[in-house]
Amino acid sequence: MPAFSPDQLTEFQRLVSHYPEGKQKSALLPVLHLAQNSFGGWLSAETMDYVADLLQIQPIEVYEVATFYSMYNLKPVGRYMFEVCQTGPCMINGSDDILAYIGEQLNIRPGETTADGMFTLKTVECLGACGYAPMMQMGKTYREHLTKEKVDAIIAECRANAATNN
Amino acid sequence: MGVKLLLDKAHVAGIRHFDVYRREGGYRSAEKALQSMTPEAIVEEVKKSGLRGRGGAGFPAGMKWSFIAKPEGVPRHLVCNADESEPGTFKDRYLMEFIPHLLLEGLLVSSFALGSNDTYIYIRGEYAWIVDILETAIEEAKANGFLGKNILGTGFDCNIYVHRGAGAYICGEETALIESLEGKRGNPRIKPPFPAIQGVWNRPTVVNNVETLAAVVPIINMGGDAYAQIGVGRSTGTKLISACGNINKPGVYEIEMNLSVEEFIYSDEYCGGIANGKRLKACIPGGSSVPILPANLMLTTAKGEKRLMNYESLSDGGFASGSMLGSGGFIVLDEDQSIVKNTYTLARFYRHESCGQCSPCREGTGWMEKILINILKGKGQASDIDLLWDIQRKIEGNTICPLGDAAAWPVAAAIRHFRDEFEWYVNHPQEAQTRNYGLAHYADPIHVPA
Ligand SMILES: Cc1cc2nc3c(=O)[nH]c(=O)nc-3n(C[C@H](O)[C@H](O)[C@H](O)COP(=O)(O)O)c2cc1C
Ligand code: SF4
Ligand code: FES
Repeated sequence: MPAFSPDQLTEFQRLVSHYPEGKQKSALLPVLHLAQNSFGGWLSAETMDYVADLLQIQPIEVYEVATFYSMYNLKPVGRYMFEVCQTGPCMINGSDDILAYIGEQLNIRPGETTADGMFTLKTVECLGACGYAPMMQMGKTYREHLTKEKVDAIIAECRANAATNN
Repeated sequence: MGVKLLLDKAHVAGIRHFDVYRREGGYRSAEKALQSMTPEAIVEEVKKSGLRGRGGAGFPAGMKWSFIAKPEGVPRHLVCNADESEPGTFKDRYLMEFIPHLLLEGLLVSSFALGSNDTYIYIRGEYAWIVDILETAIEEAKANGFLGKNILGTGFDCNIYVHRGAGAYICGEETALIESLEGKRGNPRIKPPFPAIQGVWNRPTVVNNVETLAAVVPIINMGGDAYAQIGVGRSTGTKLISACGNINKPGVYEIEMNLSVEEFIYSDEYCGGIANGKRLKACIPGGSSVPILPANLMLTTAKGEKRLMNYESLSDGGFASGSMLGSGGFIVLDEDQSIVKNTYTLARFYRHESCGQCSPCREGTGWMEKILINILKGKGQASDIDLLWDIQRKIEGNTICPLGDAAAWPVAAAIRHFRDEFEWYVNHPQEAQTRNYGLAHYADPIHVPA
């Protein structure tokens, strides 16, 4: 069974305190983000059961939500996730080429993770960065105005970052 | 240069922080409202301003506020809609990222007007870094006595909480948003009851867009009548437009609503013209859900009048020859863009985002996507175009929430105005894989059965 650290538990309490007494289920979406960040970037059945237990709701209520929203990963993902937007405005500005280029560089297709567990490539729909297209989300940040050179630099940056932070 | 009411201070160094924001005149509207006005008087002022919802539907904000039920002993809530997921729209992000205290100030005044002691900002999950910006700003406002208990000694308590979504366009629809705020799937509710009567936790709730709530600040500062003087007709005040696509200067612009579309696209103050010296082919002026228009109908109405960037002018001509202001997500397509491909990516978006509750939306969006990818790949038939038309007609108006309409309209408008291009894809499948169709031939609008 996974378990939050004391710091994570404090954050959990803060999130729950935003909602009225007895309405702690309202904290489910923010708490699932916390859980996903805390336990390897995805939500296993054990993690979801743990969250259900903490919020005193049924596990099914957690599964329902975790499967509905696109940001929750229900399978393990790579250390770095490239989520490339492909909706109209990004397509107009060349997202197809960027997506194909990342695929070639990492030798994976959208939805796949590299064999070394370093990168996952995913397509997503409009992220609210249409004026700075083409773009992708990487963790908590947006990488915008992407070019092939920028993609190369980002991949190198991730590799260097992984090497120093093991 | 038009008047700027929201973004005039957005570029002041350090404006993200309370001290600078306050020094620049921030929180004056909160002092005025809380110390010298009653909640009713604030609602009245917002009514007088003519402010219309900036989230897409354009419903008058003051009127919406006056509908909120006030049952004895039941808390009421204001919820700020920061889900911003309509393709082409990135204005709320800009406002929250650069001048977060403007939103908080608007929320405080609006919470006081509505009697909300616990106010929520529902923000799309991908805007994770903006959650930090907002939470920092909330802490600062609290430390300076503009949030928390007994604000400005008036006895009014107000807390603002940021609630992070997790990737679902449908949660921008207000009842789906409420479900999501309760920790559930974002399935829209059947109305009535309306949120103003039974919203979050069955309590009376008002949901408004980020920009709508920020606009309350200038309205209180200058007075509703003065605000109503800006703009034209029922399009009062200023509007944030997020411009993208094939233009020289994509970005967020605050405009007065008497600006012409032509000036907006071509002047250096705004979009700076079409990129790479190309010609304008088409434009989607209000976010992906509103009808796409060919260049000629975008710049002038069917009556030959200059089209302006406001609610009335953009919808002039109805669906036959007009579009909508919508969320202000302005998408520009140049002569090299494929209408079929653009329509396909939007159809895929709506299929992906349908919550699946209603069969016309769940099934219809999937069929539209499949037919469009076939046409795009050169595997379409002439009858597919009529089939698409038929499907979109069967979705529109037959669903629980307006996502169905939002999925139907882009397809309908693309066929209505660019049928010749769809036919070209079907009749010249190989050629269509090798070159662009080019500018539209502006086919006559097809006969629309009543
Ligand atoms: C599918 C769908 C998505 C929507 N997305 C948003 C959104 O992201 N932001 C928003 O403010 N309103 C959105 N709306 C409109 C809201 O339902 C609601 O009308 C709006 O938040 C009211 O605020 P306003 O009156 O201030 O515009 C959406 C509506 C639909 C049907
Ligand atoms: S119209 Fe679509 S998104 Fe809206 S409730 Fe029905 S299935 Fe869900
Ligand atoms: S279309 Fe890619 S961010 Fe909007």
